[in-house]
Amino acid sequence: MQEWANQLCENRQFGSKMTDSKYFTTTKKGEIFELKAELNSDKKEKKKEAVKKVIASMTVGKDVSALFPDVVNCMQTDNLELKKLVYLYLMNYAKSQPDMAIMAVNTFVKDCEDPNPLIRALAVRTMGCIRVDKITEYLCEPLRKCLKDEDPYVRKTAAVCVAKLHDINAQLVEDQGFLDTLKDLISDSNPMVVANAVAALSEIAESHPNSNLLDLNPQSINKLLTALNECTEWGQIFILDCLANYTPRDDRESQSICERVTPRLSHANSAVVLSAVKVLMKFMEMLPKDLDYYGTLLKKLAPPLVTLLSAEPELQYVALRNINLIVQKRPEILKHEMKVFFVKYNDPIYVKLEKLDIMIRLASQANIAQVLAELKEYATEVDVDFVRKAVRAIGRCAIKVEQSAERCVSTLLDLIQTKVNYVVQEAIVVIKDIFRKYPNKYESVIATLCENLDSLDEPEARAAMIWIVGEYAERIDNADELLESFLEGFHDESTQVQLQLLTAIVKLFLKKPTETQELVQQVLSLATQDSDNPDLRDRGYIYWRLLSTDPVAAKEVVLAEKPLISEETDLIEPTLLEELICHIGTLASVYHKPPSAFVEGSRGVVHKRLPARTGSGESAESPDPGSAAGVSEPPPAVIPSQGDLLGDLLNLDLAPSVTTTTGPPPPASGMQLGSMDLLGGGLDSLLSGDIGGSAAMGAGFGAPPAVMPASLNAPVAGGFGDLFDLGGGVGMPIGNYVPPKTVWLPAMKAKGLEISGTFARRAGVIQMEMTFTNKAMSVMTDFAVQFNRNSFGMAPAGPLQVLTPLSPNQTIEVSLPLNTVGPVMKMEPLNNLQVAVKNNIDVFYFSAQYPISMLFVEDGKMERQVFLATWKDIPNDNESQFHIKDCHLNSDAASNKLQGSNVFTIAKRTVDGQDMLYQSMKLSNGIWVLAELKVQAGNPNYTVSLKCRAPEVSQCVFQSYEAALKN
Amino acid sequence: MIHSLFLINHSGDIFLEKHWKSVISRSVCDYFFEAKEKAVEPENVPPVLQTPHHYLISIYRDKLFFLAVIQTEVPPLFVIEFLHRLAEMFQDYFGECSEVIIKDNVVVVYELLEEMLDNGFPLATESNVLKEMIRPPNILRTVVNTLTGSSHVGETLPTGTLSTVPWRRAGVKYTNNEAYFDVVEEIDAILDKSGTTVFAEIQGAIEACVKLTGMPDLTLSFMNPRLLDDVSFHPCVRYKRWESERVLSFVPPDGNFTLMTYHVSAQNLVAIPVYVKQSINFFDSGSCGRLDITVGPKQTMGKPVEGLMITIHMPKAVLSANLTATQGNYNYDSSTKVLVWDIGKLNPQKLPNLKGSLSLQAGAPKPEENPSLNINLKIQQLAISGLKVNRLDMYGEKYKPFKGVKYVTKAGKFQVRT
Repeated sequence: MQEWANQLCENRQFGSKMTDSKYFTTTKKGEIFELKAELNSDKKEKKKEAVKKVIASMTVGKDVSALFPDVVNCMQTDNLELKKLVYLYLMNYAKSQPDMAIMAVNTFVKDCEDPNPLIRALAVRTMGCIRVDKITEYLCEPLRKCLKDEDPYVRKTAAVCVAKLHDINAQLVEDQGFLDTLKDLISDSNPMVVANAVAALSEIAESHPNSNLLDLNPQSINKLLTALNECTEWGQIFILDCLANYTPRDDRESQSICERVTPRLSHANSAVVLSAVKVLMKFMEMLPKDLDYYGTLLKKLAPPLVTLLSAEPELQYVALRNINLIVQKRPEILKHEMKVFFVKYNDPIYVKLEKLDIMIRLASQANIAQVLAELKEYATEVDVDFVRKAVRAIGRCAIKVEQSAERCVSTLLDLIQTKVNYVVQEAIVVIKDIFRKYPNKYESVIATLCENLDSLDEPEARAAMIWIVGEYAERIDNADELLESFLEGFHDESTQVQLQLLTAIVKLFLKKPTETQELVQQVLSLATQDSDNPDLRDRGYIYWRLLSTDPVAAKEVVLAEKPLISEETDLIEPTLLEELICHIGTLASVYHKPPSAFVEGSRGVVHKRLPARTGSGESAESPDPGSAAGVSEPPPAVIPSQGDLLGDLLNLDLAPSVTTTTGPPPPASGMQLGSMDLLGGGLDSLLSGDIGGSAAMGAGFGAPPAVMPASLNAPVAGGFGDLFDLGGGVGMPIGNYVPPKTVWLPAMKAKGLEISGTFARRAGVIQMEMTFTNKAMSVMTDFAVQFNRNSFGMAPAGPLQVLTPLSPNQTIEVSLPLNTVGPVMKMEPLNNLQVAVKNNIDVFYFSAQYPISMLFVEDGKMERQVFLATWKDIPNDNESQFHIKDCHLNSDAASNKLQGSNVFTIAKRTVDGQDMLYQSMKLSNGIWVLAELKVQAGNPNYTVSLKCRAPEVSQCVFQSYEAALKN
Repeated sequence: MIHSLFLINHSGDIFLEKHWKSVISRSVCDYFFEAKEKAVEPENVPPVLQTPHHYLISIYRDKLFFLAVIQTEVPPLFVIEFLHRLAEMFQDYFGECSEVIIKDNVVVVYELLEEMLDNGFPLATESNVLKEMIRPPNILRTVVNTLTGSSHVGETLPTGTLSTVPWRRAGVKYTNNEAYFDVVEEIDAILDKSGTTVFAEIQGAIEACVKLTGMPDLTLSFMNPRLLDDVSFHPCVRYKRWESERVLSFVPPDGNFTLMTYHVSAQNLVAIPVYVKQSINFFDSGSCGRLDITVGPKQTMGKPVEGLMITIHMPKAVLSANLTATQGNYNYDSSTKVLVWDIGKLNPQKLPNLKGSLSLQAGAPKPEENPSLNINLKIQQLAISGLKVNRLDMYGEKYKPFKGVKYVTKAGKFQVRT
C-alpha cells in the first residue's frame, strides 16, 4: 500500500514534465498549422501525440474542427489507442462536418467485421454516437449483424446502440425491425446483454409511453429475475425498475417475486437498494396482511433504509425524500427508527430539513418526549432556515400528538424567552395554530405573547399576533390599545396583516361594542376608502354592510365557531401517494409530484397505481390497476362551497403552511338571514340587536358613507346577492328539482376545457349532468372520466359519451349515469367527489360535492314496527338535532316535498299543536337514517332529529333536508 | 440516462465537460451556479436541481463539483452513485482527485469517461476491468512508452467484462499469496450536555486486501454473526450462503475492496469510549467567554484511546482564544472559526484539560447558538460492537495463503452538544 502510494507521488512529480498537461502549453499562433503538420507525419508516435494534443484542446472547449480531414486520416490504424482517440474526436465534430464524416464510414464498416470483438464493439458504439443522418444509414447493416454477434460483449454494446439510433431516428429503428431484435435479447443467455436490452427498451419506451415495448409476462419475468442475480449493479437497477412495472397475476406470484428480489436489499449500491424497495413496496400491496411473509417483509425493509442514511449526503437526500413517502404509506416500517433521523450539526442543510420533516411524521405519543428535546436543541442552531423549521415542527407536534400539546406550548414559551427575533416570530405563528386546534386551552400564554408585540416585523407573525388578539379580545384588557397601535401604520402593512387587522377589529367591536366604535369606523374607512387593494376593500364593505344591516348576523358570521385544524393537512393526498410509491427512486419521488407534472414531453405518461390485493373483502382497493388515472395534487375544489366562502371571509386559513381542511360547511343560517334583509333598514336592527349596543353607537353606522359614490352602492349589493346565490347554488337539489349547473372546472385550469355540472336522480339512477365547453383553439377528442374512490362508492356506470370531437367554442351536454358499486374511501367532507377527466390534451382534476339525497333509494320506507324498534335500538349518542329556520311550509307540504327526495313519512303525530313527522330514508349502501321532524304551526323554525347507526352522515342528511324544504 | 458531465472547481470554473449524447451548452450550469450562490457553503448546494429542460444532479467531493445533466426520468441515486464511483476511479487511477491531476491526465480521463458510460448507460465501472483497458499512468511505463511507442490502451477484450465474476480478472499471479481483512468500525453518536447518549450507532466495514493467485474461493465466518442484521455486501458475496449459514462465501476481487459494510443500531451494543466534561459560556458584557473542556475514558474495553482530537465550530463573533492545554496542542483559526484541540493518546491517569478565555468581537451581541464538539479518536485492536472473525478458509486453489485480521474502532460523526 505505502509503496504504491509513494510510487504515485513520484509519478506526480514526474508528471509535471511528462503528463498530458504538456498538451495545453501550445497556445501560440499557428498552432493549428503545427498540429496539421504533426498529424500528417510519417512517424506513428508523432501522429499519436498530435491527436492527443487535439483531444486535449477539444476537451477545454477550443475549436479544432479545422483539423477534421487530417485526424480522420489517422483512423486507419491497427493501434487501438490511436483509433479510440480518433473516434473520440469524430464523435465531437462529425455533427459540424457531416460531409467529411462520410469519409470515415468505410473504416467503420470494416471495423465492424474485425476479428477482435473489442474493435467490433467499439466501431458500432462510435457509429451510434455520430449524429449524422448519412452515417446512420450505413449503420443499419453492421448493427443488425452486431445484435446477433457471437460475442456477448458486442451484443450488449449493440443493444445500447439501438437506443442511440432511436434517439436520432425513431422511424428508422422501427422500420428496420430493431425493436423486435431488442425484445429477443431479453431472453439472451448472457445476463449483461439482458440488462442492457432492458435498459435500452426502457429508454425507448419513455418516448413511446403507450407502446407495449416491455410486454411483461411470467416467462419474461422469470428471465429477468434470473439475470438479476448475475448482472452488474447498474443492470440490476434497470431490471428492478422494469420489474416494478409488472403487475403479478396473484398474491402467490407476487410473493415469489418478492422473495427473489429481497437479497438486493443487501447490495452495496444504494440505487439497487432503493429500486428493490420500490418493487417490494409495490408488490407487497398484493399480499394478504395476515400472511406471515408479509410481516417478515416489513421487517426486512427497515434496515436497508436506515443504512442509506449513513451514505454520502447527496444519497441521503434522495433516500430521505423517498423515506418521506414510505413513512406516509407504511408508518410501521420505520416507527422504531426515530433516532436515525436526528440531525447532526454538520449535516448539509438540505439533509437537515428533510430529516426534520420525517421526524414529525414519525412523532407519536411513545417518542414525543425525545422528539421535543431534539427540536428544542435544533432551535438554538445557527442556520436560520433550519431553526425556523424546527420551531414550526414543535407546533406541528402539538397538533399531531394531543398529549404533548402542553409540553410543546411550554417549549415554545421557553423559546420565546430567548428573545431571538426570528424564533419568537416563528413561535407566535405556530402558537396561533395551536389555538386553532385546542381552543380555550392555552390562552394563559397570551400575556407572554403580548410582551413581544414590538419585536414582530414579519407579516406572518404580525398577522398571527393580530389574529390572536382579535380572537381572544374579551380576555385581553388592552386589546383595543394593542390593535390601535397596529392601525397607525396601516398603509405600510402587507395585505395579509391589513386583512387580519380588519377582521380582528371587527371581532373586537362585536365583543366589546361600547369602547371600540371609533376604532372600527377608523379601520373600515381605511380599508374601504384609502386602500387600492380590492380584496381589502371588498372585505371592508362586507363587514360594513353586515354591521350596518344586521349585527346579529354579523356576530354569527364573524364570531362563528371555526372548524378545528388537523394534523393531516400536510400529508400527501392518498392517490398521489400511491402513484409516487410506484415511482420510488425516481425524480418524481424527489419532487413529490407525479411524473406527468414535470417530465418534459410526457403528455401520455401512464399513471401508475399500486396493484389491488387479490384476497377477497378488500373492496377498498382499486378494481383496475394500471389504467386508472391517479388524481394528482390535492385536487382544487373549484366550486366555492359555503364552507369555503365563510372560511375565506373569516380568513380561517391564515397560515399557508397549515392549510385548513374545510369541515362540513357550517350552517349558513346566519348568513341567509343577513341576505334577506340586506336592503332593509339597517339602523333599527342594529339597535334591537342582542349585542346590547346603545342608540348612540348605532348612529355611527347606517348607510355607507356619503363619499362613496352612489353607483357603487348597487353593485356592492348586487355582488352580495351573487355571493349568496352561489351559496344557495351548492345547496341541495331534491327530487325533480335540479339546481343550476355550477362551474366545476374553469377553462383556465384545464387548458381550455370548461366543465360545469350538477347531479340529479332520475328514475332511480344518479345522473351526473355536465356541460363541456371547448374554449381552446384546437379540437378536443378522446374524452374519458374516472372517479377517485369516495365515501359511497360512486362510479361511472358506463363510459363518458362524448362521441364527436369537440371543436373550439362548441358546447355539449353530457349525462353520465352513475352507480354506487365502485371502490369506497371516506372523503372529507363525506359527499366530496374527486373526478379526473381526460382528453387528448391532458388529464384534469376537480372535485364536486353531491347532495347526499342522490343516494336515498326508492325503497327507503320502513315498516312502522321496524321503525319503532330501530329507533329504540340506536343509542341516543347517535342522535343529532338540527334546526331549520325560515321554512314556511306546513307539515303536509313538507312531507310531500321530502317524499320527492325519497324521504318517506311513516307516521305523523300531533301534540300540542306541534306536528311530529316520523320519517325514514335508506342510503344506497344500505345505511338507514331515521328522522323526527317537528313542525309547529306558525313557527318558521323546524327541528329535525336524526338517528343513524353511522352518525357521521347526519350532517349531510340535514343539509339535504334543509335544501329539500327550501327549494 | 446521463447526458453530460461537467467538472467544476471550488471557485465555479468548468474545467472539463463530456457529452455522451448531443452537446449541451455550458450555460445549463448557470442554474447550478445560481443555486451555489444561494447555498453559500458548497456543501449545502442541493443535489437535485430542476431547470426548464434538464435536471442537474451533482455531488461535492474533494472540493470539486461533479455535475451530471439528465433529460429524462432517471433514478437520481443511480446518477449520484455513478458520480461517486467516478471520483473514486480518479482517486484509484491518479492517487488523488483534484483539478490539477485531472487536467494533467485529461486524455486518460476522457478515455475513462468514454469507457465508463456508453450513451449514458454504464459500461465498465469495475476498476480491474478498466485497468485492463486503460492502464493507469505509471512512471516506468511512461518512460517505456516514450521509448518504444507502445500504448497504454489494452488491445484485447478484458476478461472481466463478461464473466460471471466481473470483479476479478483472470490469470492473477503472486509469489506471496496473502489475504488481509480489516474490521473498521466507526461510532456515530450524539451526546447531550449532560453526557447522556441521544443517539448512537456503529457503521462497520470489512476492508480487504487480497492478493491471491488464480481463482480462490474464500469463506469467512464470524464468532458472533448474530450481531449483523443489517448488512450490505460487495457483489462477490453469495447472498444465499449468508442467509442460510451466516458465513461470507466469495471469489474475491484482486487487490483492495470493501467486502461488506454493516450497521449496528441497537443502542445497548454501542459503547461510548470517552466522556467529555465541558462548559462554554459567553458573558453578556465584556465581549468575552470562557471555555473549559476535560476528556476522560469511559468504555474502552481496556484498550488505549489514540488520535484523540476535538473540533469546535465557534460562533461567528469569536475573535480569538486564549487557552491552556494540559496535553496536546490547540489551534484556533479565526477565519473559519474552528478550534481544533489535538490531544493524541488519552492518559487515564492525568485527564487532558483545555481551558481559558475566548474574546468576542467588540459590540457584537452575545452568541445565541451553542457550539457542538466533534470528537475524533481511534482504538486499535478493538471492534467496539464485539464482532470477531472466526476463520477464513480457501477453496479452489492448492497453495497456502498468508492470512490476517485487524480490528480498529474510530469515531465517525461523534458529536457532543453543549
